[in-house]
Amino acid sequence: MSDMLNVALPKGRLGEKVYDIFERAGFACPSIREQNRKLIFENPEAGVRYFWVKPSDVAIYVERGAADIGVAGKDILLEYKPDVYELADLRMGVCKMAVAAKNGFRDDPTRTLRVATKFENIARRHYASLGRDIDIIHLNGSIEIAPILGLSDVIVDIVETGTTLKENDLSVIEDVLPISARLIANKANFKFKSAAIDRIVSEINQQVGAK
Amino acid sequence: MQSNELFCGRAERAVLSLRALYRAHGYSQYKMSKFEEYDLYVRNKSFLISDHVITLTDTTGRLLALKPDVTLSIVKNSRDTAGVKKVYYNENVYRTAAASHDFREITQVGLECMGEIDAYCTAEVLSLAARSLDALSPEFVLEVSHLDVVSHLLDSVGAEGAMRAELLRFLAEKNTHDIRALCASCGWDNESVELLCALVAVSGTPSSVRAQLDALSVACPNVKGAMDELYDAIGQLETEGFGAQLRLDFSLINDMNYYNGIVFRGYIKGVPTRILSGGRYDGLMHKMGKRQSAIGFAVYLDLLDGLNEPPAEYDVDTVVLYDATTPTARVSAAVAACVSAGERALALRELTDGLRYRELVDLRGDKCCE
Repeated sequence: MSDMLNVALPKGRLGEKVYDIFERAGFACPSIREQNRKLIFENPEAGVRYFWVKPSDVAIYVERGAADIGVAGKDILLEYKPDVYELADLRMGVCKMAVAAKNGFRDDPTRTLRVATKFENIARRHYASLGRDIDIIHLNGSIEIAPILGLSDVIVDIVETGTTLKENDLSVIEDVLPISARLIANKANFKFKSAAIDRIVSEINQQVGAK
Repeated sequence: MQSNELFCGRAERAVLSLRALYRAHGYSQYKMSKFEEYDLYVRNKSFLISDHVITLTDTTGRLLALKPDVTLSIVKNSRDTAGVKKVYYNENVYRTAAASHDFREITQVGLECMGEIDAYCTAEVLSLAARSLDALSPEFVLEVSHLDVVSHLLDSVGAEGAMRAELLRFLAEKNTHDIRALCASCGWDNESVELLCALVAVSGTPSSVRAQLDALSVACPNVKGAMDELYDAIGQLETEGFGAQLRLDFSLINDMNYYNGIVFRGYIKGVPTRILSGGRYDGLMHKMGKRQSAIGFAVYLDLLDGLNEPPAEYDVDTVVLYDATTPTARVSAAVAACVSAGERALALRELTDGLRYRELVDLRGDKCCE
């Protein structure tokens, strides 16, 4: 295994913002800013290797040690519960997990509630904590359609601005959890690369104003 | 002649050296059946790493399980006798993989020390854990924690029930931002919460974190006893020269219903999860109706498969090619010559695709040698 620090970044705007923080912590890799379709970038002098992966896969790369650290949304961490350290809240990609339904929806507690979601485990845990019997309908996208077509009573999904909900005559009826991007680390690799990882954590905390 | 060990895989070699190590320290081997009553695991489900147990029914209708764990069986069969009983095991256990839900057979080697556990027993088990890791890889880390330190700090925060469980989860993640958020929402004393966060931040060799831990002991005098016990236990390891490989890290949290006191985990470079796990488990002993104490650990040797060893350059040293005209005695003699020189020889009628060899001895037809 290489002694480079392997960093899994989520593809997209969030990943680019996260890279800026890493650069300021002394882990620059200028080639990453070039416009091309490469997925792996390394800077042997700074001892760092970055790779772009699908945001929902970051936790898998980190848990299995292919990446030492990475940035993943709290939604993914709560859904899949990977065995990783969660070292910092980047306070980026802030949104919330919420329950939404058609405007005017009234819950009938005598019936099983049909819940459409991408986040089965989060939804299951949420309703278990309320003691509510539910029927989970797993969907992979366009969750908002489910209540409109009568496929489900409610949806459990990520809400950023609420525009999609509004345009589809839906509204949030309950907040489940606040979500933001987190810095995660592989527990074993952390033992061998803690100095570099600590540097990044303190840079992040400094930038987001955390302790 | 080459040693037989060279022909073993990495895990097999490790089994041999670990067994020799444990035997040398007076541990006797514990053998057990592949099957155990399912009931044992149902009652102690949270002690198991994986929730899923592979079950089957025997001819009398009893529900059995393919054993997912060794320690439970050893504890169940142990007797409350005076003194200390030291056993080691080398067994296969059966679990389902977390991600794929496939059945897995896992080679596990470990030891248990049960009875009146004193400071020497603890130091010996920790030392054997460090030596086990050393036998697997020169680049290893042994992480040690004391659950009573964590427990006292949680008491001083005032966390109970579900909130305590949540805090423990955050501690295990080194997640100070959510600890602070949870404590703020519960209105807990800020000073105690900061002590908890300071504890999470501890991660380093005993000498490098000594000042941080001393400060914690001053701020929360309840933890002093546990802290002293921890330093006593690792003192011997430092004397044995393992100081640089030791890490004190209080994010290491095992289930407190079973474990108490000193707990530890071992990592080797290149394996992405802990390869060794152990600790003091008086809680499990008491749950199973035993009065004794116990400490032990397990090494998960299947994880060595994950290490990327450079592939062998050749499949065999020599290929001996023969055909119908070659006398059997000549083929045998050629193979025997290689074997006695400590080489690997493969006799074939024709070369198979992709076979990598260092030398070719061609005994086909009139050809003599190539």
